[in-house]
Amino acid sequence: MKLSWWKIACILLLLFSFTAGFIINVPYVGNLYQTIRNFFFHVPMWFGQIALLSLSLGYSIAYLRSGRLKYDIYAAEFAKVGILFGILGLVTGAIWARYTWGEYWSNDPKQMAAAIAVLIYFAYVVLRGSMTDMDKRARVGAVYNIFAYFIYIPLIMILPRMVQSLHPGGLEGAEGGGNPAMGGDSLDPVMRAVFWPSVFGWILAGIWISNLKIRFFLFTHKNILNG
Amino acid sequence: MKGVFTLMQKDLLLELRQQYTFWGILLYVASTVFVLYLAMGKPQADVFNGLFWMIQLFVCINAVAKSFLQESKGRMLYYYFIGSPTQFIIAKLIYNALISVLMVVMSLALFFFLLGTPVLNVGSFVGLAFLGAVSIGLVFTLMSAIAAKAQQNAAIMAILGFPLIIPQLLLLLRISRSMFGEVFREGALLQMFSLLVGLDVLVIVLSVVLFPFLWRE
Repeated sequence: MKLSWWKIACILLLLFSFTAGFIINVPYVGNLYQTIRNFFFHVPMWFGQIALLSLSLGYSIAYLRSGRLKYDIYAAEFAKVGILFGILGLVTGAIWARYTWGEYWSNDPKQMAAAIAVLIYFAYVVLRGSMTDMDKRARVGAVYNIFAYFIYIPLIMILPRMVQSLHPGGLEGAEGGGNPAMGGDSLDPVMRAVFWPSVFGWILAGIWISNLKIRFFLFTHKNILNG
Repeated sequence: MKGVFTLMQKDLLLELRQQYTFWGILLYVASTVFVLYLAMGKPQADVFNGLFWMIQLFVCINAVAKSFLQESKGRMLYYYFIGSPTQFIIAKLIYNALISVLMVVMSLALFFFLLGTPVLNVGSFVGLAFLGAVSIGLVFTLMSAIAAKAQQNAAIMAILGFPLIIPQLLLLLRISRSMFGEVFREGALLQMFSLLVGLDVLVIVLSVVLFPFLWRE
């Protein structure tokens, strides 16, 4: 079995972040204690989701410009893996919240926005499922996907930052400017050295999963897709 | 520009000739508000605010839903020959924004009449209601076009539109809380307001850019 360089990189990065994430010394921040380690696994999910959905957007635009059905399959599969990352992000966040906020789900603005983002892309999957004609499905799906992306970005990037929340980085005026991902001073250089490999590892893993799904779909639909 | 105007005129004429949407929605709002009144009398500010925007959402969806669903395939082909998709979508956007505002005026009147006015600043609440109606109308215009292409009923439109309208609805709910007496941090209101207008502009631009792709068949 021969793996291309980025797949090897993905495996190595994830192995590194999974081991180092559990053994390094983490700084003591407020009431987080050891749950701060979730940072290495929860936050990369959102980076991964944004990367995958951006790729999905790119392929939808490419489909509308070129009309090649292949690109629509790419867009759909990237979006589906983006949904998977969103669900994983919500679950890791909820488990963490259980031990720091006391409840799995406390209707925090950031939890709500992330859940709505997943709903938006569920609607994309439902829309695609409602049409049987492949060309029409591709075109209508691509239009919705592009529209959805431009609502998704304000929803997760801007709106949650305008309200106070319990989420790290949720305090107005704190260092980090309400950034939910990198909560200002809580990130020391050692954590950074584990965090960024984890982010890239997960993004590559997402692309890898989508890639397998795309290849499987294109293989099973070889007779209808030729271009 | 002339084309846009003609298309709008045609929509308006259709509306005037078969007034069932207008009266249907009036009836819809009236009965909903009446049921609400029977259920809880005059609600408090929070409840009033939440109910108002929820009802607004449903009313606007009903008003806008038919804009593309009423166009038959043959008629779309005819428009294709006489006009450009850009003209067509702009006409629809303006028309739907206007009809949504009209619906809001009616439901505001009914709300104030039956459920009382817990609003402190009526003038700006009415203004915000107009802006909200325009926002909802604009988002659901493209959703209606997509639903019509998918040859589905209004159900798919609700499925597509509900998650997408949430950001704007959240902003509207929070801005309108200030009109019920809640005090916000300095500048926060302006920030939310400009974000709302920014989202509207974004929706218009996206609709105009994306509609030509939907229309081709």
